[in-house]
Amino acid sequence: MIRFDRTVVRYPRAAVAAVDLVSFVAVRGAVTAVVGPNGSGKSTLVRALLRLTPLAAGVIAIDDVPLSQLDRRALAQRVAVVAQRESLVFPLPVWEYVALGRHPHEGPWTAAPSRTDAAIAAALDRAGISPLADRSTDELSGGEWQRVRIARALAQGGEALVLDEPTTFLDIAHEMSMFELFARLAKDGMAVLLVSHQLNLVARFADTIVLLHRGRVAAAGTPADVMRASVLEEVYEWPLLITRDPAVGAPALLPLRNRGPRSPSQLP
Amino acid sequence: MLWLGVALAVLVLAVAAIAYGAVPIGAHAVIDAIAGRGDPVTVAIVRTLRLPRAVLALLVGAGLGMAGAALQGALRNALAEPYLLGVSGGAAVGAVTAVALGASGPLVLPLASFAGAALAIAVALLVARASGGRADPRVLLMAGVIVGAFANAAIMVLLSNAPPNEVRNALWWMMGSVADAGWLTVSWLAVYVALGAALLLWLARDIDILSLGEESAAALGVDAARASRGIFLIAALLSAATVAAAGLVGFVGLVVPHLVRSLGVRRHRALIAGAALVGAGLVVAADLVARLARPPAELPLGAVTALLGVPFFLVQLRRLS
Repeated sequence: MIRFDRTVVRYPRAAVAAVDLVSFVAVRGAVTAVVGPNGSGKSTLVRALLRLTPLAAGVIAIDDVPLSQLDRRALAQRVAVVAQRESLVFPLPVWEYVALGRHPHEGPWTAAPSRTDAAIAAALDRAGISPLADRSTDELSGGEWQRVRIARALAQGGEALVLDEPTTFLDIAHEMSMFELFARLAKDGMAVLLVSHQLNLVARFADTIVLLHRGRVAAAGTPADVMRASVLEEVYEWPLLITRDPAVGAPALLPLRNRGPRSPSQLP
Repeated sequence: MLWLGVALAVLVLAVAAIAYGAVPIGAHAVIDAIAGRGDPVTVAIVRTLRLPRAVLALLVGAGLGMAGAALQGALRNALAEPYLLGVSGGAAVGAVTAVALGASGPLVLPLASFAGAALAIAVALLVARASGGRADPRVLLMAGVIVGAFANAAIMVLLSNAPPNEVRNALWWMMGSVADAGWLTVSWLAVYVALGAALLLWLARDIDILSLGEESAAALGVDAARASRGIFLIAALLSAATVAAAGLVGFVGLVVPHLVRSLGVRRHRALIAGAALVGAGLVVAADLVARLARPPAELPLGAVTALLGVPFFLVQLRRLS
């Protein structure tokens, strides 16, 4: 479980806080999604969780242990983060790359895990990429590479998985299969915290949505609570309609062309 | 099996380097002379002249190979190496300054070099950050070349007042040479190279993680900023010690890690160990070429490695874009 409690992050020389009094909980067994416009503080939350940027106030706690009481290794054993971007300068075989996920559990002289290590085989299997184990990371498609990165995160063996815009460059089939994977991992008992721009997919797959706007929580709750036209129009500053997804009944968002009667007058 | 073959090749190269010279000595006689048997003149030539020279070349190559492998991994930069990053230049300024102040010896000289090298890498990284970040490997390289040019100018200023034969010596040294090897130099360089090797092998796992980038390193429990500072300092120490012992020998740190990777080595513990071995062989071979190319004259060792390294660099540069 990852708990953000009145978290404040301020970048040096910035007039306003990038994250301002944000509180929410990502529990085990559920997909929690953080959404919001560009610059609303989503990635800053992830950076704060990775301790790449300090908290000005508030707490981030993992299973009720504050981040400040966990060293980096202990944090990496509990929470796996798939950062927004990652590219390898020196390619590796997929299984060796996934094996790097064991790093938080290794001392400087423990033998590197072998090709047949159980934790690595399990991670490859859960991410659905066992057949790719011997491929080189520079021979993968975008969708395959994202899955390989998730396999590395699963090899860390923690019970929380944080993903920062994991489907940005993927086509529909790959994106859908990624979301199915997140739902399955949550069903297996993980706490999945997902930062995403894909509101409609999030509405279908997430149990809880946290909508950020200028560093603050604009709305939080079930998809039905958050996916309301009045709230989203104000946050995204764009006219839109909320309809119902005919397949599963989840709320669905439809951005409008910017000339209807609902168009706010201040927009160009 | 592969490594046994590489080690054997390095050994053969070293014996060849000892055998070849103004007085050629057979391979058997070389081994006998190292053991102290046979003709006393041959024993003297081998033990006081050629063996220390070969061992110095091995150590310089090992140190530069490891420094290059560590820098490339920690910086995520396939073009990184001590010479091109200006680290060797900074080390040379430190060494020349120490000598100009009348201080030399196994402790002061390498430590003065180390101070210069550490300063140089810090400045190169700052310049790179100020001019667009370290993400583009070419920006860091440009910063390194600038630092190197500044170091060169500083050395010229330091030498401007020196007597001609001292200038000649300094220039020869700046072109890289293992010709004046003695056991004293060899023994202190061995200590620094062994120290650097031990530290890098200990931190090799962290270099694997650093090569994934800052955010992924943090996600795997490694403080990228702190860990890479440590790696840079060790690489600077290795480079500085080789510069203090043998002057500027460029491009070894660039070529060697790529050669080892082409043998299928990926993880940094094996990569660093392999780079030490291959680097040792490469510099011994380069020194052999330096002596064989235009006898009885000797080419500067740094010129030979540069002639080999520049085309290699261009290939790597092309691969980047």
